[in-house]
Amino acid sequence: MGKTIAEKILSNHSGKDAHAGDIVIANLDFMIGQDGTSGVAIDSFKKMSAKKVFDPSKIAIIIDHSSPSPNEGVSAIHKKIREFSKEQGIKLYDIGCGVCHQITPEQGHVAPGDLVIGADSHTCTYGAINVFSTGIGSTDLAAGMISGKLWFKVPETIKVIFNGKLPKGVYSKDLILNLIGKIGSDGATYAALEIGGQAIDDMSVDARFTLSNMAIECGAKAGLMNADKKVTDWVNKHLPAGRQGSKKKPNPISADKDAIYIKTIEIDVSAMEPQIAKPHTVDNVCNVSEVAGTPIQQGYIGTCTNGRLEDFEIAAKILKGKKISKDCRLIIAPASKEIMLEMIKTGIYQSLIESGAVAVTPGCGPCVGTHNGVPSDGENIISTANRNFLGRMGNRNSFIYLASPATVAASMIEGKIADPRE
Amino acid sequence: MKGKVFKFGDNVDTDLIIPARYLNTSDPDELAKHCMEDADPDWVKKKNTGDFIVGGENFGCGSSREHAPIAIKAAGVSAVIAKSFARIFYRNAINIGLPILESPEAAEEIKENDEIEVNLKKGEIKNLSNGKTYKSYPFPEFMQNIIDSGGLINYLRQKQHNPQPQ
Repeated sequence: MGKTIAEKILSNHSGKDAHAGDIVIANLDFMIGQDGTSGVAIDSFKKMSAKKVFDPSKIAIIIDHSSPSPNEGVSAIHKKIREFSKEQGIKLYDIGCGVCHQITPEQGHVAPGDLVIGADSHTCTYGAINVFSTGIGSTDLAAGMISGKLWFKVPETIKVIFNGKLPKGVYSKDLILNLIGKIGSDGATYAALEIGGQAIDDMSVDARFTLSNMAIECGAKAGLMNADKKVTDWVNKHLPAGRQGSKKKPNPISADKDAIYIKTIEIDVSAMEPQIAKPHTVDNVCNVSEVAGTPIQQGYIGTCTNGRLEDFEIAAKILKGKKISKDCRLIIAPASKEIMLEMIKTGIYQSLIESGAVAVTPGCGPCVGTHNGVPSDGENIISTANRNFLGRMGNRNSFIYLASPATVAASMIEGKIADPRE
Repeated sequence: MKGKVFKFGDNVDTDLIIPARYLNTSDPDELAKHCMEDADPDWVKKKNTGDFIVGGENFGCGSSREHAPIAIKAAGVSAVIAKSFARIFYRNAINIGLPILESPEAAEEIKENDEIEVNLKKGEIKNLSNGKTYKSYPFPEFMQNIIDSGGLINYLRQKQHNPQPQ
């Protein structure tokens, strides 16, 4: 019987002939925690009477959710993380390094065919480079740090094919919002996605990360893609930094021709409009034309979804020589220090600041509502993030619209939701 | 376990259960003070120890924060019943020993303020307000063992003391 990518990766890591529905105990290649979840993971680690992590070279902790610390409580958690990382010899990415889901692939910690867990729901991001990576909680991370293993239920897989060429003004963010709008926020719960098609083949690896990142927003356990030449080139460029001294080679995995899928979804992108997820669920998706003209008080470009160099290039191109509306403010947060340095080198950073953007520390920025731009009552925000839940940005009386960097940039000029194609 | 029901709708996400602004602590009692705050700011004042949360589809969707089931458990909630649970929340709840029951029928029919009785071993939910009984979906044996131990930490501790052959 043929196998999906998920079935193959979980078979390879468990030594079992694993199929959807089986429960396997699998060896982990890498795992991460962030400052929102690692505090509890360290507590669990100690409660399990553990003394040493199984292999410090396979663990990283990234301080990104509240960075630099906005209050004493968070400072105490950061201190606990720093002390634990030092004591265990774990790689720590401290304030200003960036978002965990940019850092982990960018710093070469993961490669095609790997099995990775992270105490952050958007760990599914690395599916774009053919990694089976999934979000888990803090106690599972603790169990992983101690044993190097975790139990998994092998997921069924939904195949998603994006056919056609992307029209002007439409980006990977629009594709994933469109998919989530179609299948709903629980449309793929417990399942893995295998995402492909011409539109995916045509796009950059940076753009693909946006799609895999949001697999969780329809409940999926992983958002897997094939490792084509773009992926292997990308990985070869980044891998040496993170895998120094390791003999482990990337092991690209593709599905068998007769693999079994529970569903196949085909979407033609050639006539797609830019998409918007309206408050307060990610599946509340419409064409930009439906909400164009909605007044906006704050824009945000950044996050593990859309805080990469290409995203800022697109925004800067739209904003070049223009000013953002006096009725709104634009916050930008590069997803990593590397990206920020590239933005400085290429002049994008200066150009965005000149247009009126406010840059904050590379990291999660205001996405998760802990700092860096909590909206006021009744305000509308347009953001490139992955969640628009009620209260997500720290105020339950505000309204979050999700869009691509192009749509956010175009909306900043008008102070209203605007179509980037115009 | 017996208690009163508080009903919530579909897609109750982890930001509603415990907003990220309160992730500046991992103290369960502190988290409990803000439990469900963005879904219903007065819920913590209304609930009593032993009460139940009944949700719709996709309960616990969103972030991987274990603080969400921790907050619910520390708030004194006996169990969460829902039509379906999001994957990470489901796993976290089991790992920290918060009882959860999946029963689309019970979650649909049980009303706010109903008095219910739950037998976890049998997976049975009884609505004392009208006498109707519901069966929840059983857990795989592997997970039931973790639940019976009161969570993953206790489960692993017990295994350390009584090692089982692999």
